[in-house]
Amino acid sequence: MTSIILRTATLYMFPPLILFSVYLLLRGHHYPGGGFVGGLMGGAAFALYSLAFNVAAARKLLRFDPRDIAAVGLAISLLSGLPALFSGEVFLTGTWWKIPLGNGNYFDLGTPFIFDIGVYLVVLGVLLTLVFSLGEEE
Amino acid sequence: MTLLPVLPIIVPLAGAVLCMLTRKSLLLQKIIAMATSFIILLVSILIMLETKDGTIAVMSVGGWKAPFGITLAIDMLSSMMLILVGLLAVGITAYSCQDLDEERMRFGFFPLMLILLMGVNGAFITGDLFNLYVWFEVLLTASFILLALGGERPQLEGSIKYVTLNLLSSALFLAGIGIFYGMAGTLNMAELAHVIQQGERGGLVTMVAVMFIMAFGIKCGMFPLYFWLPASYPTPPAAVTALFSGLLTKVGVYSLIRVFTLIFSTDPEFLHGLILVGASLTMLSGVLAAACQYDMRKILAVHIVSQIGYILMGLGLFTRLALTGAIVYLMHVIIVKTNLFLIAGAVKRIKGTTDLHKLGGLYKERPGLSILFILSAMSLAGIPPLSGFFAKLTLIISGLQVESWWIVVTALGVSLLTLYSMTKIWAYVFWKPAPEPLPDVNPMSQGQWMLFLLPIIGFSVIIVAISVFAGPIFEFADVAAGQLMNPQGYMDAVLGGRQ
Repeated sequence: MTSIILRTATLYMFPPLILFSVYLLLRGHHYPGGGFVGGLMGGAAFALYSLAFNVAAARKLLRFDPRDIAAVGLAISLLSGLPALFSGEVFLTGTWWKIPLGNGNYFDLGTPFIFDIGVYLVVLGVLLTLVFSLGEEE
Repeated sequence: MTLLPVLPIIVPLAGAVLCMLTRKSLLLQKIIAMATSFIILLVSILIMLETKDGTIAVMSVGGWKAPFGITLAIDMLSSMMLILVGLLAVGITAYSCQDLDEERMRFGFFPLMLILLMGVNGAFITGDLFNLYVWFEVLLTASFILLALGGERPQLEGSIKYVTLNLLSSALFLAGIGIFYGMAGTLNMAELAHVIQQGERGGLVTMVAVMFIMAFGIKCGMFPLYFWLPASYPTPPAAVTALFSGLLTKVGVYSLIRVFTLIFSTDPEFLHGLILVGASLTMLSGVLAAACQYDMRKILAVHIVSQIGYILMGLGLFTRLALTGAIVYLMHVIIVKTNLFLIAGAVKRIKGTTDLHKLGGLYKERPGLSILFILSAMSLAGIPPLSGFFAKLTLIISGLQVESWWIVVTALGVSLLTLYSMTKIWAYVFWKPAPEPLPDVNPMSQGQWMLFLLPIIGFSVIIVAISVFAGPIFEFADVAAGQLMNPQGYMDAVLGGRQ
């Protein structure tokens, strides 16, 4: 399909979609959102790109094989359960680190967030594996 | 221990991730899958050592205490199932490394198999009803792909039936869970058992129980919901069928045993009576359907149904002795059935077919394989002193004890018909002369052949070991059944005496 309207629109839509997917991921800790919807959103952005141009272009834009992304995501989620073990807690217990940002401000980095990043990558990877292989059928 | 109870889930997941990352190299994948299987077995043995004295290993994932968080609870039945998963993982990985075609391996057989194992392990150790549903979904999703992997026409046809019926079963299960949650406000199995023991909720509980019988009944192939099984199981390669027959239907049976000893134990007259009737019809229809088949793999697949009947009979009778029998039968049938499917795979590998009419004379050509087959087949039929005999004897004695004559008669008759089916395979495939000489389609050197047979020999040794060490195994099963008959211990362990 070559529609100049869709192509032009996609070029403008793509960055906000990706940004919004990351926003959803970050927001998910306290409000509705999280890795799953975020990943769907990010996947939708690449799916749109593959529809407007073609799957090969979308693959090139993604740089990594989606299956690798899913595997890395699974690994990240799995590893996020381990820090709790070092402090003698049960697997997957939330553990937090305070990262100083200067000016007396801190960023709370917690394992639930790392777990969510893993979920984001798994959903993105699996979704794009499906979309790309369906798109390449013809 | 803060890590041990969750390892049966983590280890296969880590293995699957590594296999996915190394999917370009089949050799690496094989090594990782083999190593992961051995670690799964090792972990299950460690867990068995922790729980064999009757302690229940409990863990609240993420530190959220029961009944709010997800609880993992491993009693003796669970730890026995974990050991069986470990044994099967090792045997089937070794077998598939040699038997499976390269294309299937390239499309991710090993990661999928490990994810399936993760789902099965998760279902065996969880103490939370919704979590059980999640593990069912994990293992079903993996099994859908494994079943269809390769995309041959009969495979896809079987997969469609399998997927449709399993989705129906999942929907029923989920609906039951929803009603339960609305009624009791919890999905922790121990807490649910506690709430139901308090009584006052009669009708609704029975309704949910019947929904669960149907949901798990579809998954384990119980009468009259088993027809997806003969349609789909014989279609994929032998390694996949062996894995499915060894584990998937057994997860359904395990869930029935768990739910109907822990949660629904207040109305045994109706509910367990219903299961008992289902059990006898399951046995009978499975064995009759097998009697008219003339394909080795189809006979074995239909026979799964009839074996499930025996295990359900133990649950339906609902005495300590009957549950002991059911547990031993479960252990025996997982090993024996897997081995029979692997042997059918070996026959297919040599001759290129499993059609009874075309095969023949294998006894002369492959005496070793024939002996391995007759050992497993006779064990399945329950010929003393092999493993199946003790399990069936226990079930029949417990049937006599509660004076359920009709189920005893059915069980004995079905046993005879099982012997008929097994002798049929023996006579057609191994004994009679080949109708026309079939050349070997896959000539293998002596060394390759021995390597190919190694998992089958391993399982056969285990079958003999179950017969030889029947005494200790029965003692173990007896204690495990005692745990199941007294759910108070399980509830105390999970809820920590807070009631």
